[in-house]
Amino acid sequence: MKKTSRRQALGAALGGGLLAGAGKARAEDARTLGKPLSGYSERSPFVKSMRSTRQSKTPEAGSSATPLAETYGIITPSALHYERHHSGVPAIDPAQHRLVIHGLVERPLILTMDDIRRLPSVSRIHFLECGGNSGGEWGPKTGPDAQRACGLASCSEWTGVPLRLILNEVGLKPNASWLIAEGADACRMQRSVPIVKALDDALLAYGQNGEPLRPGQGFPLRLLTPGWEGNGQVKWLRSLEVTDQPGMTRDETSKYSDLMPDGKARIFTLPQEAKSVVTFPSGGQTLPGPGLYELTGLAWTGKGRIVRVEVTFDGGHTWRDTRLDEPRFRMAFTRFRLPWRWDGKPATIASRATDESGYVQPTREQLIEARGMNSGYHFNGIKLWKIAADGIVTNADV
Amino acid sequence: MPMCKRLALLIVISVLSAPAQSPKHGVGRKPTEQEMRALGVTVAPDGTGLPEGSGTVAEGRALFAQRCARCHGEKAEGNIGPALHGGQGSLATPKPRKTVGSFWPYAPKVWDYVNRAMPFDQPGLLTHSEVYSAVAFILFLNGLVGENEVLNAKSLAKIRMPNRDGFVPDPRPDIKRK
Repeated sequence: MKKTSRRQALGAALGGGLLAGAGKARAEDARTLGKPLSGYSERSPFVKSMRSTRQSKTPEAGSSATPLAETYGIITPSALHYERHHSGVPAIDPAQHRLVIHGLVERPLILTMDDIRRLPSVSRIHFLECGGNSGGEWGPKTGPDAQRACGLASCSEWTGVPLRLILNEVGLKPNASWLIAEGADACRMQRSVPIVKALDDALLAYGQNGEPLRPGQGFPLRLLTPGWEGNGQVKWLRSLEVTDQPGMTRDETSKYSDLMPDGKARIFTLPQEAKSVVTFPSGGQTLPGPGLYELTGLAWTGKGRIVRVEVTFDGGHTWRDTRLDEPRFRMAFTRFRLPWRWDGKPATIASRATDESGYVQPTREQLIEARGMNSGYHFNGIKLWKIAADGIVTNADV
Repeated sequence: MPMCKRLALLIVISVLSAPAQSPKHGVGRKPTEQEMRALGVTVAPDGTGLPEGSGTVAEGRALFAQRCARCHGEKAEGNIGPALHGGQGSLATPKPRKTVGSFWPYAPKVWDYVNRAMPFDQPGLLTHSEVYSAVAFILFLNGLVGENEVLNAKSLAKIRMPNRDGFVPDPRPDIKRK
């Protein structure tokens, strides 16, 4: 008899057990072939993550929020990137699309998409956040889950041409100080961009996560002003007018301005301040029982890199550092993680981000103290989740 | 001028005028007049760019009933679309109401917005004179023009909105650390 090792004996025993079961197979238990190759893949039918939308009589104007708690890492799947439209998503043939750069320039230019794609390009990972994200958090009824509390934020790898390169082509006149960007959507939405940002890190983006922009993100061309509120990053970009003053457009005066208790409204509050949210455990989830979990979440800032994210388990009395995923990009989502053993007792958890400017994410109470209840936009307060003894996680603010 | 000072000046000038350097890549071409016209009208806050044409409150009232009331309400009190009047004096109260009359800082920008974005389901439908009429009616509802007002580029640019000085620059960071 041949000598068998312990491992072989073990393997035979396990395999024998499995084979014994399989040995009873009837013809109808035979395995079927999987689906054939395809040109474009769909996600598993078992994966159901969706953007949140609301019933509306004007579904062309509104927003859909990213299910932040159902994403991994720092890249938002393009199909789940939040959207905010003012008059629907236009269907644009890229061969017909043009960008005109005019106004206070030496040489006005009209560019085709082919022209733009011939220019030196870069790819960069940046978050995008609506200036109205978490608007509901100002009020008495705050968001029940990460998606509805702060899902108007997403992060992608964007590819495009540095805007300063194109401004060099047209030649700015000495009094050039603003750009008015206009989209090719039905309402021809306009926002003004300070020339300083345009000459710094702004991009004319045509790529997102390895493919052309999705139509809802501005196909074929959008403006990207990294770290600044989403509304100014005009989609379906058709015109850049160089001016010596801001356009004072509807969306930068009557909207996206922050009304203070004294009746004055802050205007051009453009960089998004540091913010974070715990996505696990978070509202709407249930912990099946005590034991080990990986607490995780996302942090971002419009002022460079996130340098620290702390978490609390006692409603903000004590804080612990988390581990930040590397590399950390400027004006991009940063993923934080912390192994955590739940003892089964009620807990109130939250995260607090600090960015490289030294800015620390404030509490909701601090924000309300500084700005009142009616500023509406640019909420970046700490979001608390309550874990009950039965493991059910809810919004702690209600 | 000493050499070093001249050099410094040269550096300052070249930095300031960096974007005005000659084109490096030579892509694209100069837009034609037709292509520039196709961009449409953009009106500056002071009214620069307002086109020819004119409209009255009476014409605006008829137009509003036909094209605008469905969303904004018969009396522009708000429905699917926002209320277009009221709220003056409410901005510093716990229940501010932001409307054209109480919040918008520049009358010519009302024309610009109606012209580019309204009516919601068919932006661009209105003639320039119809836009003047619609704006005349909205401003009349806000008590900012009389019932017999005729609005055109000149008269619209002269209207001073109540909240003209209601906007302040971004003072953030504004949170006091404890």
